[in-house]
Formats: sequence, structure tokens, C-alpha cells
Amino acid sequence: MFGLPEDLITVIWTLIKIVVIVAPLMLGVAYLTYAERKIIGYMQVRIGPNRVGPKGWLQPIADALKLMFKEIILPTGANKMLFVVAPVLSIAPALAAWAVIPFDDGLVLSNLDAGLLYILALTSVGVYGVIIAGWASNSKYAFLGALRSAAQVVSYEIAMGFALVGVLMAAGSLNLGDIVRAQEGGFLNWYWLPLFPLFIVYFLSGVAETNRAPFDVAEGESEIVAGFHVEYSGMTFAIFFLAEYANMILIAALASVLFLGGWLSPFAGVPLLGDMTAWVPGLFWLLMKMSIFLFFFLWFRATFPRYRYDQIMRLGWKAFLPVTIFWLFVEGIAIYAEIGPWFDGVLGA
Amino acid sequence: MTSVLFYLFSAILLFAAFRVISAKSAVHAAIFLILAFVTTSAIWLLLEAEFLAITLVLVYVGAVMVLFLFVVMMLDMNMEPLREGFTRYLPAGILVAATIVFEMGIVLGGRYFSSENFPAPVPHGSDYSNTKELGEQLYTTHLFSFEVAAAILLIAIVAAIGLTFRRRVESKKQDIPHQHRVDRNDRVRMLDIREESVS
Repeated sequence: MFGLPEDLITVIWTLIKIVVIVAPLMLGVAYLTYAERKIIGYMQVRIGPNRVGPKGWLQPIADALKLMFKEIILPTGANKMLFVVAPVLSIAPALAAWAVIPFDDGLVLSNLDAGLLYILALTSVGVYGVIIAGWASNSKYAFLGALRSAAQVVSYEIAMGFALVGVLMAAGSLNLGDIVRAQEGGFLNWYWLPLFPLFIVYFLSGVAETNRAPFDVAEGESEIVAGFHVEYSGMTFAIFFLAEYANMILIAALASVLFLGGWLSPFAGVPLLGDMTAWVPGLFWLLMKMSIFLFFFLWFRATFPRYRYDQIMRLGWKAFLPVTIFWLFVEGIAIYAEIGPWFDGVLGA
Repeated sequence: MTSVLFYLFSAILLFAAFRVISAKSAVHAAIFLILAFVTTSAIWLLLEAEFLAITLVLVYVGAVMVLFLFVVMMLDMNMEPLREGFTRYLPAGILVAATIVFEMGIVLGGRYFSSENFPAPVPHGSDYSNTKELGEQLYTTHLFSFEVAAAILLIAIVAAIGLTFRRRVESKKQDIPHQHRVDRNDRVRMLDIREESVS
């Protein structure tokens, strides 16, 4: 094509695909913040932003512009190099993880065989942004926030990993596309039903992993101002913000792919309704499922008071972890007994 | 293409490894160690060891180094006294380093590590799963050694906790089950504040 070497074409083609994924993601982040303010507003009997543009639709754009033009302040005694690198370390894994998310059958940037492991590895790297930001700021509040966040993320990663082990046992594959294909059949064939405890543990660990309410002690504005990003202003702060929301959307996408059948239609197999909705593209269903999870994120924030720090640790280590391990045993027995429609044929594969 | 990437990653790896021992601040050294792990993982990917490469990032970068960094950041180390005897111990250091280089040279230069015994890996088809292959090896052929390794690790964990865990008598501890048993009536008192009752 155009006389370019083959490798170069691959690189350019991949770059185009990355833009096609990241640009809507960034737009999604912008409007997720708008949705958050509106939804929480209505939950608290307020209207929320309604001044910029019709019904406040341009509010996130205005916020982004404001942040871009603000001054970036370097605190005295801060480690300049690490202070600037920290937001990058925070957003890079949040974006890179999207490479293996299947949006539809075959519609994925990288059909990686160890996709689930890749996701787990990248989400565990994201914590460096927070720790390094807290340390490089040379501020006590920031450092406290970083320590809290690091302990929390490392603890919940274990419960999360075990929940993922349950999914990979049932699907017999680490490839996210194959995991969705293993759930084919209909609403009741998805893994949320046989793996219900793991599903709940996974989503709640995801909420804790992204430092969202009610697990947001890393930011805890009433105790430590804003936690690890107190000293950040302007665009450097905006990047932490982007990373947090990109991670929320990522957790929603993963929960949909792993437990709610990804791009599969909920009406498949239902007489009449299944045929009537057969033309709907899989991407639509995936986006709908993600929206449900994102709504839960916002709903939690409007509903629950912040957890006490020791209770967070207790919940992760003494409640979630034993539940997941117990359910893995149950699942192992179910796979041996070939209980259908989820676990028949797993042994032979 | 592959060899270009290999030399690039090797250069980064050597630089990072050198900075680990030469960096002034301990935090910087730890961060360069993380960089070294990540580049090693990239080199392993070039060798088509997908599973090991990702596990290296997951375990070492994602968990071990986080805790390591955690500890290093809390230490307020003064590096000056550590630097004092540098010239005095330099001859001994050089001697030890030279011995290690010599020994590694003998081992790696030997017959068993020659390039004839380790040809370049043959690229596998897209249906080949590195993870599945490793799992099969670990859980069938090497099951016994795998279980022994797991048991040793468990003993190490229990021993480490047993050695360091001290129950302090005077510490004030919250009794969580007691807190859970709290009743609404213990905390909230409902008052009737209709207009008549206020006046």
C-alpha cells in the first residue's frame, strides 16, 4: 500500500485504531463527569450543572478548557522529575488496558491470548502513579493519601485476582474474546449467575481499586484534603482525574465482558424478542451493560458514607478473599459434575 | 526488527541496572529497579515467553516493588556515612566483583549455554497457548516439585509472621463484632418536634 514497508503500515494502522478507541474514551470520561454531577444532583434533590450550553451539556468542555489554562504549580522541595512523571504513570496503564477489550465479535485492538493476565498486570501498575505522586509532592497529606491508596489497591487486587481465576476456570481461556464466546446462549448463560459471589466481589473490588466512594479514603477530602493529588493543579491534576474515570469505565467494561456476556444480546434465545433485536450491533449491548455499572459507581457515591480505613482492610482480607476462595472450590466441584449450561464441556476443552 | 528491539531493551536494562546501584536516593534506585523489571519482561516477550513476561510485571512490578517502594519512601536515609569507606573497601569490592564476573563467564561460556544448544525460538502458530503449555507441564509432569515449592512457601509465610508478630498487651483494639452488634436505638433518639411540642 502506497509503497510503504509492511512494518510501517502495521504501525500506522495500529495508531489509527488506538485513536479510534481513545478518542471516544476521552469523550466518555468528559460526559461521565457530567452524568455524575447530574445524577448525584438529582439524587440529592438538586439540578446539577445547567448553565453552560443547553441543559449544561457543555459543562465538561468548559471544565477541560479551564483546567488547560490553569498554572501548573511545582511545590517547593518537590522532586520535579517524579512530580511530572507521576500523572503519566497513572494514565498510561489506564489507557493501555483497553488494547485487549473486545467491543464486538473480533473487534479488538490486540487479540492477546493472555488478555486477562495482561489486564491484571496493567491495573496493578497503575498504583505507581499514586505512590510516586504522593512522595514527590513533599507534602504530608499527599503522602498519607498515597500510603492509604497503595495498601488498599494491593489488598483488593488479591480478591480481584481470585474472582478472575473463577472466570478463567469456567471459560477455560485467558482470552477475553473466548471468555465472552463461552457465555453464549442468553441472559441465564452469562457468568453472573453461576459465579454470583465472584461477580459481586469483582465489582466491589473494582470500586475499591479505582479509589471511588465509599472506598475513597485515598482522597478523603474531610480528613486529608484531596490525598495524593493535593499539590497538583491545572493539567497535571486533570490527568489524574482522567485516569480515575478511564479506570472506572475500564472496570465497567471488564465486569460486562467477564460476567455479563460482553457484546452478547440479553434477548438471545428468547422467542420473538430475540429475533426482533437480532439486528442490534453487539457494541450497543456492551455500552448498555457498561452504563449500568457506571450508574452503580455514581449511585454508591451518592448513597454510602465513606468506609473507615481499618474496615476497608477487613472487608478485603477477611470477607472478600475467603468468599472467593470458597466459591472457587464450589466451582471446581461444579465443573467436575459438569453442571449445565455453564460448566458442561469445560473439562474436555 | 526483533534484534533492534532486543538491543534497545538490553541497553535500557543495563542503564537501569547501573542506575540502581549508582543512584543517590534510595527511592530513585527502587524506581530504576522497576524499570529494569519492566524491560526484562519486554525481553522475555521477544523470546515468546508471554506468560512469564506478564507474570513478572504482575508479581514483581505490581506487588513486590510496590511494598518495597513503600518501605523505602518511609526511610529517611542519610547516605553520607554509607559513602565514607568507599576508597578503603574498593580493592575488596573489585576483587569480589571480578570473581563473580569470572565465575559467570565460565558458566555462561560453557558448552551447555552455547548458541548451538539454544537456537532461536521457532515462532508458534496463533493457536499455540504459552499459558496452557506451562500449566500442563506444572500440573502433570512437575506436579510433585510444584507442590513441594508451594508447601515451602507456605511455611516461609507462616514463619515470617510467627517471627515478627507480637501481640502488644496495652494496645487498644476495636472489637469489630461488638461494633457490628450496635443497634439503632443505641445511637439515635427520635424526638417529636412538631410545633406544639417545641413551644
